[in-house]
Amino acid sequence: MSFKQSTSLKQIQLAHGGGGLEMAKLIRELFFTAFDNPILAAEEDAAVLNLSGPCAFTTDSFTVSPLFFAGGDIGKLAIAGTVNDLAMMGAEPQYLSLALVIEEGFELAKLKTIIQSMAAELAKSGARIVCGDTKVVPKGCADGLFVNTTGVGRVLRPGLSAAKLQPGDAILVSGDIGRHGAAILMAREGLQLESDLISDCASLWQVVEQLLALPFELHAMRDATRGGIAAVLNEWAVRSGVGIALEEARLPISDEVQGLCELYGFEATDLANEGTFVLALPKRDAEGALEVLRRFDGGSKAAIIGEVCEDHAGRVVLTTAWGGRRYLDLPQGELLPRIC
Amino acid sequence: MLELKSLYRVFRDPDTMAALAASIAKDAAHLSEPLNIMEVCGGHTHTIMKYGLPGLLPSNIRFIHGPGCPVCIMPKERIDQAAILAAQPGVILLTLGDMMRVPGSHGSLAQQRAKGLDIRALYDPLDALAIARDNPGKTVIYFAIGFETSTPMTAVLLEQAERLGLDNLLFHINHVLVPPAMDAVMAEPATKVNAFIGPAHVSVIAGADIYRPAADKYHTPVVVSGFEPVDLMESILRLVRQKNDGRSEVEIQYSRAVTAEGNRTAQAKVNQVMEVRDEFRWRGLGPIPKSALKLRDEYQHRDAERVYGERLPIVEIDDHKACQCGDILRGLADPTDCRVFGRGCTPQTPLGSCMVSSEGACNAYYRYSGGPNVL
Repeated sequence: MSFKQSTSLKQIQLAHGGGGLEMAKLIRELFFTAFDNPILAAEEDAAVLNLSGPCAFTTDSFTVSPLFFAGGDIGKLAIAGTVNDLAMMGAEPQYLSLALVIEEGFELAKLKTIIQSMAAELAKSGARIVCGDTKVVPKGCADGLFVNTTGVGRVLRPGLSAAKLQPGDAILVSGDIGRHGAAILMAREGLQLESDLISDCASLWQVVEQLLALPFELHAMRDATRGGIAAVLNEWAVRSGVGIALEEARLPISDEVQGLCELYGFEATDLANEGTFVLALPKRDAEGALEVLRRFDGGSKAAIIGEVCEDHAGRVVLTTAWGGRRYLDLPQGELLPRIC
Repeated sequence: MLELKSLYRVFRDPDTMAALAASIAKDAAHLSEPLNIMEVCGGHTHTIMKYGLPGLLPSNIRFIHGPGCPVCIMPKERIDQAAILAAQPGVILLTLGDMMRVPGSHGSLAQQRAKGLDIRALYDPLDALAIARDNPGKTVIYFAIGFETSTPMTAVLLEQAERLGLDNLLFHINHVLVPPAMDAVMAEPATKVNAFIGPAHVSVIAGADIYRPAADKYHTPVVVSGFEPVDLMESILRLVRQKNDGRSEVEIQYSRAVTAEGNRTAQAKVNQVMEVRDEFRWRGLGPIPKSALKLRDEYQHRDAERVYGERLPIVEIDDHKACQCGDILRGLADPTDCRVFGRGCTPQTPLGSCMVSSEGACNAYYRYSGGPNVL
């Protein structure tokens, strides 16, 4: 195959993962252009980084269907997801790796859109992609595109931990909950619903940087991805050996998300978020932190939703607007709509 | 998108809830015996637990959870039949929601899917049409489940398949009927049930009058209730008042959707394609005469039970010895009475389907009240 022929291809071929000319061209023309930086451009076997002091290190693989959804795509998700994992540990996101598993036949135009979306999302935190890997698998062996990102960041605030919650802490959420999970469900074939709902998918470093710059005594932060805030709060309750009391009326939930939950029997607390996080800190700092959260995009609905208590250690208790109480348990199994 | 919030907000209003709770407490003080309300439908069980209603009621009102969950009452042999059908060459098996998770003799349908069988959960039964159309070389079998509520959808699906000439769409019918199950509950000598909250979605289709024989025969008041917290509280108040007045009537609280006679069009569609079976074995309740439906003879070409009959075992398979789902479904035990509840039996590792389903009583107790430490 001549170089000229390969340039006219509109779909990913097995050759794009073969280590030869096609792969080199894809990497240079698409990836290096989008993620331009001297460490990546050095094309060495490994990136040489300047690290000092405590570092946070995280990895995540992304498989989402559909790849494009209202409010984002798998690329934006992969960058925001890893940036947010670092930010939640009080770390400034610095270096990311990017590994792609692409299915043979995947449209090159879609890949370009996804890569550009990644570059745009990277710019928001200042993190850089400094190494990567591309594999192409035969048609039928993958669902279009799988993405893995790994990230390293400099810890600016050590000690944040799921095990650090203390009775008297306030629990805050940085925005309305469940939008990513609801947007993905709506975008899937079968539901055929119309809505203005968009995913909350976004990098959180900017807002976290502001929180870290102020003298708040932060105990724990966690982006409420799969499993929603229910999963985060249950894990915190168990790890810290405390109870968490939530006020149902204070949970910020958009009408669209609540509508989907009513129709299908889901709970917004179980639905995934990709740009919303939960925060635990002493009550005295809660209002100040809330003010910071509300200043940022997507933060207008930020709220204090509950507090840490000594009762019901290891469990999350939800109090309804009329005083009824029940546990908010971990979500279980696949999210399946109710039968009747 | 619909402005759904405006549709339900009034039914979760804290002031209304407080007023209803006060009225119930006042009237319940005059009850001559404890009111043991069976909420037949699992959807009601979940509302009761999810919204913490028991904590708002006086101690002489208690709930007994009934057999109205289509997943919970499915006997193992029917799930095994579904798995066997899915394993036939060229078959795609379709079903709904939680049915995927119910343990059969060789694992759940979800576990069979993980082993490579083509088993799919539908959001909407009519999606089966597109799957049958897109897979002309395959046999698509819809494992149809549910009470009177979901039966018309199956009837419409069959009607559409006939109209479109989709000969590769077959049905395994497991549709069951509520009134015979209520009879089975009341036939139990040890039953404490003395009032019913009637399944409302069932009555949207079948009408409220279907509970009249039970109300007359057992002298139990019945209130057909909606699923919001205010609906249930109002229904409980109505039951208390009926009991205090010595009445045993069928009342419709859910009047925004239910009438005495139900949806005649939907009933006609069901009657056109299905008829009552002589007997159907319910999990926990055993065989109940005239309690389920099957396809009429003229649709035998679409009946998977007939087409694959020789390969489908009919031997009854009992539940795990430690599982007390049977007593729970008969209203003789609470989920927390079961010795494996929350220990050997959890939603991740269910021994019985009451722990599986989003309409199951054990699942509701485990999820919302943590079992032994009931809030």
